[in-house]
Amino acid sequence: MAAPINETRAGTASKTGAGGRDEFDRITAAWLLDKAVQVLVFIGGISAIIFIIGIFVFITREGFGFAVGKLDWGQFLTSPRWRPTSEYNPTYGILAMIAGTASVTGLAMIVAIPFSLGAAIFIAEFATGKTREALKVLVELLAAIPSVVWGFIGLTIMNPLIIDLFDVPVGLTVLNAGIILGLMAAPIMTSIAEDALKAVPDRYREAAEALGATRGQIVFRVVLPAAKNGLLGAVLLGVGRGFGETMAVLMATGHAINIPDSIFDSVRALTATIAAELGETAVGSEHYQALFTIGIFLFVITFIINLAADLIVRGIRKG
Amino acid sequence: MVEQAATQAPEAPSGLSSSAHRDTTRASNKLEVRDLNISYGGVSALRDVSLDIREHEIFGIIGPANSGKTSFLKAINRMDMFNKNMQVTGEVLYDGHNTRTLRNVYALRSRIGVVFPLPVGLPMSVYDNVAMSPRLRGIKNKADLDEIVERCLTRAALWDEVKDRLTTLGSLLSGGQQQRLTIARALSQEPEVLMLDEFSIAVDPVTTMRIEDILKELRNEITIVLVTNLVQQARRLADRTAFFLMGDCVEIGETEDLFSGNVTDQRTSDYIAGRFG
Ligand SMILES: Nc1ncnc2c1ncn2[C@@H]1O[C@H](COP(=O)(O)OP(=O)(O)OP(=O)(O)O)[C@@H](O)[C@H]1O
Ligand SMILES: [Mg+2]
Repeated sequence: MAAPINETRAGTASKTGAGGRDEFDRITAAWLLDKAVQVLVFIGGISAIIFIIGIFVFITREGFGFAVGKLDWGQFLTSPRWRPTSEYNPTYGILAMIAGTASVTGLAMIVAIPFSLGAAIFIAEFATGKTREALKVLVELLAAIPSVVWGFIGLTIMNPLIIDLFDVPVGLTVLNAGIILGLMAAPIMTSIAEDALKAVPDRYREAAEALGATRGQIVFRVVLPAAKNGLLGAVLLGVGRGFGETMAVLMATGHAINIPDSIFDSVRALTATIAAELGETAVGSEHYQALFTIGIFLFVITFIINLAADLIVRGIRKG
Repeated sequence: MVEQAATQAPEAPSGLSSSAHRDTTRASNKLEVRDLNISYGGVSALRDVSLDIREHEIFGIIGPANSGKTSFLKAINRMDMFNKNMQVTGEVLYDGHNTRTLRNVYALRSRIGVVFPLPVGLPMSVYDNVAMSPRLRGIKNKADLDEIVERCLTRAALWDEVKDRLTTLGSLLSGGQQQRLTIARALSQEPEVLMLDEFSIAVDPVTTMRIEDILKELRNEITIVLVTNLVQQARRLADRTAFFLMGDCVEIGETEDLFSGNVTDQRTSDYIAGRFG
């Protein structure tokens, strides 16, 4: 069998010319296509990076001079007084807004973690066939609800509900925004947590099953510990989402500068402040630049959270 | 299926049998399999298997790939339960109880230790791997658990290698160590039946011999079902051996009989002699 193959090869080689091994240098359609795809993918990747750097440069340029020169960082981070429009003595303290964002995000996680973990466990470990597929589609659908719709729900449904249920004067509070944000973050957290559970190989489940473990025991003793990094990553992504969310919290928090004592207090979020005030400031004014400084601050925080999430999720792949 | 009925008949000691360790006076059946049929999505994988596995024997199952050996083991400890694709009919009696109709399969499985072809160290510490089954049984006392872990690891010939690294992840041990870890884990169930499915597939010859020695020691205490792709391994270990081929149980007999050519079906001799498969 070997001889005829060699002969054909020799035949083609002699046909292509004197070099004998010209086929090694020949440009074929497949080769060209491969190169073209490589270039396209490279351009796509590079442009994404350029956009991100561009955005960062823009934000920092607008806020930078102010942030390093005029701004009193001690006051910025520790004062709850945000009075950018004061005529005599404008103060730029974001502590109240940090507290607002943190309290809303914290409550959102308290709402979202049990929901999303429960849903992910059910979808990944217990649901089968059509139920499973239907639930997955449903979760995707929930994740696609725009945040303004969630804000609307907070404003028109949750607000009167909270006033009625708890007999409080206002319903646009930490409680309202926390629940709204929690429900908003839950679907994406569910789908990432479900991926993490699915990444646990079935042979672990089978081995535990052979030991006589029930399905619940398998989930809690084998699957969850094995998926813990991915699950933590899901939670951190939810936290990042909470920090960055603007519209829904703007609508549901009450937008009042205030360090909250209880979940029935109105607060204001960092993002919402930028969204609400940027349009009313003169471009280049101190107020304008202070808002951009908040932007830089948010950028850094979300970057750190996402980086942490990424490193943790990467941890699962390796281990 | 005619020859199969014939193979089941020679219940009386044939005199030829040289397996001294078999105690015929208490040859009660641990497992009785009746008309077992297994199919996957309508495609048959095992047909009309009826056989008995006696208490405290090593029952070997040999046969080429795709003969239904693994499926047979799965049916015994009811691994079909969560696999909708797998249909099982017939009866499997465990100590006379029909396993097809029992309510608590977890209790059944906890009495049957399984060793899979590819070792599965669970992603937890070596200690926790072995302590898992006792913990499932409700043993919490640290001293008791320590004792069980040491005993099982020692029996599985792994203690000396891991005693200083009990906290490392079980899934990070070498393949051969993981396979012995799997055996230690199966022993920690204090099983009445131990089923091994081609355990030596991912293990070096030295480890294989060590595990075989362990099995020889265990045969007096528990019932062992040994699926193997090495016919010589069946010869070394099994008291009786069944030969599966393409989903049929072609032959069941004393291992010595099978290997001395005393068979009812020519294909058995051919397979043992390495003429196919
Ligand atoms: N989970 C499954 N889904 C569908 N078909 C299966 C499944 N498991 C086994 N089968 C089929 O059942 C038949 C018997 O497989 P089985 O694993 O029992 O063979 P085996 O004797 O253990 O083979 P080997 O020696 O290769 O392990 C095969 O045709 C296989 O394709
Ligand atoms: Mg098999």
